[in-house]
Amino acid sequence: MQANKRYGLLLSSLILITVIYNGYKWAHQYEADHFANDEYKNADRTKHTALEMVPKQAVQNLLSYSEQDYYESNSEELVPSPTDRHASRTRIYKNRKCRMDTCFDLERCRRTGFKVYVYPDVGEKTSTNFQNILASLRASQYYTSDPEKACLFVPAYDTLDRDHLSADYIHNLGAKISRLKYWNNGKNHIIFNLYSGTWPEYLEDVGFNLGEAILAKASFGDNYYRHGFDISFPLIGKTHPHMQGTQGFLKANYFPPRRKYLLSFKGKRYTYGIGSSTRNALYHIHNGDDIIILTTCKHGKNWQSFSDQKCETDNEEYEKWDYQSLLHNSTFCMVPRGRRLGSFRFLESLQAACIPVVLANGWKLPFDEVIDWSKASLAWEERLLLQVPGILREVQDNRIMLLRQQSQFLWDKYFSSMDVIIRSTLEIIHDRVFPEQARPAFAWNSQPGALYFNSDTAPSSYPFYHGLLGVDAPMKFTAVIQATAPVTSSAAPIVKLLRNLVQSSSCNEIVVLWHCGKPPIPNDRWRVLVPQDGAHEIPIRVIDDQPKTMGRRFLPRQFTTDAILSLDDDVMLNSQEIDFAFDVWRSFPDRIVGFPARSHFWNSSKSKWVYTSKWSNSYSIVLTGAAFIHRYYLKLYSEWLPPSLRKTVDETSNCEDILMNMLVAHVTRLPPVKVTQKKQYKDTSASQPYVNHAGVVSRWSDPRHFAERQTCMQSFEAWFGYMPLISSETRFDPSLYKDNVSVTRKKYPKIEI
Amino acid sequence: MSVKLKPVHHKVILVLLLLSGVALIFKFNWNYQSKSREEFRMETLHINSAHDLPVTQISLDGIQPSDKADLNCKMYNCFDIYRCGSDENHPNKMKVFLHPLSQYTDESGASITPSLSKEFVEMYYAIAQSDYYTGDPDNACIFIPPVDMLNQNRLNVQKVGQLLTKLPHWTRGTNNLIFNFLPGNSPDYSTAIEVPHNKAIIAGGGFSHWTYRSTFDVSIPVYSPLVKGVKLQQETDGLIRKWLLISSQTNIHPEFRQELETLASSSSDFLLLDKCRNVPEDVPLQFTRCKNDEQKKYPEILQEGTFCLLLPTSRLGQSALMESMQAGCIPVFACDTYILPFSEVLDWSRASVLIREDSLPDIMNILRRIPHEQVVLMKKQVEFLYTSYFTNIPAITMTTLQIINDRVFPHVATTYEKWNNPPSSNSVQSPLFLPLISPKEDGFTAVILAYDRVLSLFQLIKSIDKVPSLRMILVVWNNQHKAFPARNEWPIIEHEWKVIQTSSNELSNRFFPYNEIKTEGVLAIDDDIIMLTTDEIEFGFQVWREFNDRIVGFPPRLHIWGDDGKMRYVSDWTNDISIVLTGAAFYHNYYNYLYTYKMPGGIKDWVDNHMNCEDIAMNFLVSNYSGKAPIKVTPRKKFKCAECATGGSLSLDETHMVER
Repeated sequence: MQANKRYGLLLSSLILITVIYNGYKWAHQYEADHFANDEYKNADRTKHTALEMVPKQAVQNLLSYSEQDYYESNSEELVPSPTDRHASRTRIYKNRKCRMDTCFDLERCRRTGFKVYVYPDVGEKTSTNFQNILASLRASQYYTSDPEKACLFVPAYDTLDRDHLSADYIHNLGAKISRLKYWNNGKNHIIFNLYSGTWPEYLEDVGFNLGEAILAKASFGDNYYRHGFDISFPLIGKTHPHMQGTQGFLKANYFPPRRKYLLSFKGKRYTYGIGSSTRNALYHIHNGDDIIILTTCKHGKNWQSFSDQKCETDNEEYEKWDYQSLLHNSTFCMVPRGRRLGSFRFLESLQAACIPVVLANGWKLPFDEVIDWSKASLAWEERLLLQVPGILREVQDNRIMLLRQQSQFLWDKYFSSMDVIIRSTLEIIHDRVFPEQARPAFAWNSQPGALYFNSDTAPSSYPFYHGLLGVDAPMKFTAVIQATAPVTSSAAPIVKLLRNLVQSSSCNEIVVLWHCGKPPIPNDRWRVLVPQDGAHEIPIRVIDDQPKTMGRRFLPRQFTTDAILSLDDDVMLNSQEIDFAFDVWRSFPDRIVGFPARSHFWNSSKSKWVYTSKWSNSYSIVLTGAAFIHRYYLKLYSEWLPPSLRKTVDETSNCEDILMNMLVAHVTRLPPVKVTQKKQYKDTSASQPYVNHAGVVSRWSDPRHFAERQTCMQSFEAWFGYMPLISSETRFDPSLYKDNVSVTRKKYPKIEI
Repeated sequence: MSVKLKPVHHKVILVLLLLSGVALIFKFNWNYQSKSREEFRMETLHINSAHDLPVTQISLDGIQPSDKADLNCKMYNCFDIYRCGSDENHPNKMKVFLHPLSQYTDESGASITPSLSKEFVEMYYAIAQSDYYTGDPDNACIFIPPVDMLNQNRLNVQKVGQLLTKLPHWTRGTNNLIFNFLPGNSPDYSTAIEVPHNKAIIAGGGFSHWTYRSTFDVSIPVYSPLVKGVKLQQETDGLIRKWLLISSQTNIHPEFRQELETLASSSSDFLLLDKCRNVPEDVPLQFTRCKNDEQKKYPEILQEGTFCLLLPTSRLGQSALMESMQAGCIPVFACDTYILPFSEVLDWSRASVLIREDSLPDIMNILRRIPHEQVVLMKKQVEFLYTSYFTNIPAITMTTLQIINDRVFPHVATTYEKWNNPPSSNSVQSPLFLPLISPKEDGFTAVILAYDRVLSLFQLIKSIDKVPSLRMILVVWNNQHKAFPARNEWPIIEHEWKVIQTSSNELSNRFFPYNEIKTEGVLAIDDDIIMLTTDEIEFGFQVWREFNDRIVGFPPRLHIWGDDGKMRYVSDWTNDISIVLTGAAFYHNYYNYLYTYKMPGGIKDWVDNHMNCEDIAMNFLVSNYSGKAPIKVTPRKKFKCAECATGGSLSLDETHMVER
């Protein structure tokens, strides 16, 4: 018995120990596995904590690295004063060592705002590209004709080609530039350059003393580039379009994304001199199957005297292939350095949606200060050329999809025309001068690009970044009513509209812009006319707007929400129509979402775009008399569009909707969205003159009104440089719209009644 | 009452005991061994005896230190990339070699190197523990010199420079990595460590844009030993903190201090702190700050500020940065020439405010203009960056190595999103983000999953054949026991068609990116759905073209076909749809690929094992990737309405499903 008990006891305690031990281990193991598998549980943090467990005995007697120094500067006089520091920096860091805070008069810019002055034209030869640069600068929102108010100065001398063997080279430029009235050793000036240096060294030297001027230069090498001061400019051909450029090649996102050839290159081979080692080695990776490397020795006057034994066969093969078709049929395009670091090929590949593989050690890719090129290209170490085929084969299809789409996005937004190139350049400098207004990195690298960025808008208050930032689209909206008819009775259309609006579940505030000749009725009358349940009262704010011009409905005022419902005062919409449209808008906050729509089409006999209000199968304009628009577009309308276009709207009291639709489509490259509506909107392309309740003839029935809209369409198109409007054929209905189910189950039954 | 055990049981128990004993011993032993391997590494590197290091005597007579930093250094001209191979166990991971730690003395016995700091040992330990570590210098890509250079004040710059050249793998600094928090010393305070290091990479705190060799050096935060002991309180989300701005640095220049005092006198929401003049002796100085005579606990007080100001002092890097970030206080940098920590990869504009030093008088206005929602996002971002990359020495060390590793293996480099988007956020970007409307003329491919219902299949093929935008019909024959009908039995149709015999009856076969599919648009349709008309399908395609990153499907009413051959209505009508059944739906062929190859953990297997829910899985996949809801298309002809001319209408639900 005793023995049994002992055994039993021993056994159970043994089991207990095993259980505890293993249990502990399992628990531990579980924890470890759990964290290891769960990427989203801040794996990094646990990893770091694990690494932190230094054996106690190793560090217990050790001091911290800063132990004696924590109060190192108790003696404040040892700390150099900021003024002295700045002065000594400015003394030392000049010319080749320029940085924004030593060579650029920032204080001047703070005083003047970011304004750009262009010197008057000079009687020198000027290339088309440079003419376009000057034209874009002069059309920029930052342009000023007053040098006293300028922050940045642009000489009108064509500095693009500084290869003195070239025909466009201007001689004696240094002297001419230094005589410029505000030159001041180049301070706050910018010099544009595409080619610098020449055979045989191709030094990155523009041939005159830049002093403290910012150099915006193509093919920048990072050892010549002054950090955060110069600008790496894209290398473009002589015929780069000025305004609306060539579109990207990609018209559809075909899957699988791999094209016929994995990698291709067609270009010059240098048998000697700078850059020859890179291009001479390329043939090693040619396999004649999916990697096509074609080189020619035929360039320069006496190429034959430098040719080697490979040249003849190379040249022959070279002639057989078409460069464009290679670009369009290759997944990746090799962009090796030439005599200079950059080559035209880079942008050509980008446009062709052929992912650039850059082999040019030290080349600063265009605008790399802001553009994340790793999302659209692959920069590879020249020394590791032979690894390229293997690496490219490893790239997975989903990565190719991303790289390719990004290449098209970047091309379209920042390189497709001289105009966007110049705009990008100015925005980069702007953000350096006003760092507190600088765009976040993602604004440059995601739709719709940084050129529409508004410095006083927080990123979460844009219609584009909800997904990226992981935040919700706005939950509430502000109704902005443009009132043109006086309120004579409780039967006035605006009163009906207001009564419907206050029933909306998402309306936060109502703003009435009083655009009627008669004075507005007092506030307490509104209260009587539009009775509200006290608990959920929606404030009605009446603004007696001056001047009473059409465009002021898009003034970005102090609204409490980012979602704006823009309304005419005679719109008939019930609260459910409004709520449903708002629901749809929340899915498409970057588009105009509204009710009545119009369209445009190409009239081939007149060869121009025309506007139509006829019913058709598609639409491209949603009228802004009843539409949801993100507040951000109001800002763009008022601040980004040129005053001339806004003036057209104000003078005719017309076309504001066309302009707004063009603007939004230009930014998003997407059509507006039309939602279903119970009643017909007031203007049904009626042939009858339509007189509303107040006896005012609707502007829509005036034939002049229609003719004006045609004119508007064409003048707006001229400014954009193309027709931005895009057509859609779809209309959005509520899920159970007109379905054969009980009304009580429907969320928006009132739309159907 | 006890049960009497028979002798045979005794034996059994004995054997059991013995076995478990052996098992335990084995376990402990195994444990012990694995531990000792680790211990062995610590022993070789002398990490365990950091406070009592072996002495190495080295003669520095006549030794020339390396040249000063080569400011032209980039990875392609100062770095030997050929050293950095990729091994099979850890692909695309560079190898880091650690020299054994040692106390170096010259011939007279005087120390050349300072005693090791706690942080340096922690750094060494972190690397030794990580996947980067290698004990084989011939295999290494990066070398860490065994000299604690974290604080230049503790170094004899010249002698350490000489010593470095004596290290076996120094080679003018090539592929060597030096960590340094505090560079320079009085009175010039250089912004990069002044130990002659030529081509060595510096992971330094406090670079200016003159000394920083961009994409070569790494700018790191100045580690604050204070953060280790601090326990901070939990805070409710969106809370507005007491102070808009706090300045807590103690050693700022009187010129700045004067400006700040002017600010403090005019702004009630600015808290200006300084060091305390009269504190009890038992309170360490660094744990207090004073507003005049009012004492505050530091760094806890930072939790009461929304923004924390960081000005340059004698150096550019500030340990107060870590203290602020730990407290969830958004840093405001007014430090003109400073290279922000890890700015090569981190997007500081999302987690800080950057102003010029001369805008200091305007700072309160700049901060007040930032909307509340933005402040909330920034604060979250600060917390995310802090816990991921700053929180302790290992975090800083590993982030530094990751940055260099990404340069060495750029094709697998960490993306902007991975560095900057908190993994817990709902951040999502559609995989088809380019605003392209699919070309009309490209048409679509119909993929029909068929098993044995040949009659309805043929009927379906005939009716789909009439859809104008159809390009091709692909029948996926999912039946392994019954062959599909012979070619001459099939209806004669105009369009190209093909049958694919699958090797196993898995539902996921319908979502495979078959090579035959040449169009962007795919119509997945069950073989029993024959009541969709030509117009309806054509319309569905036209809608999908405009919303081609979503699923566009038809309402279930149209395609529930009972076994008895009668049409049945589904009773479940709802207002919010988040799933469109793929019994008949358009989607992008790319989603076939994502479904087959990129669907997270085991979902595809589950679907195939259970023969169910493949449509739900597809819907989840699409909304997960795109963050967008499906669209239901409802063609209708029977209602007369003003807009009927648009050809139809469609429905949309507003619930975005972002399942993570």
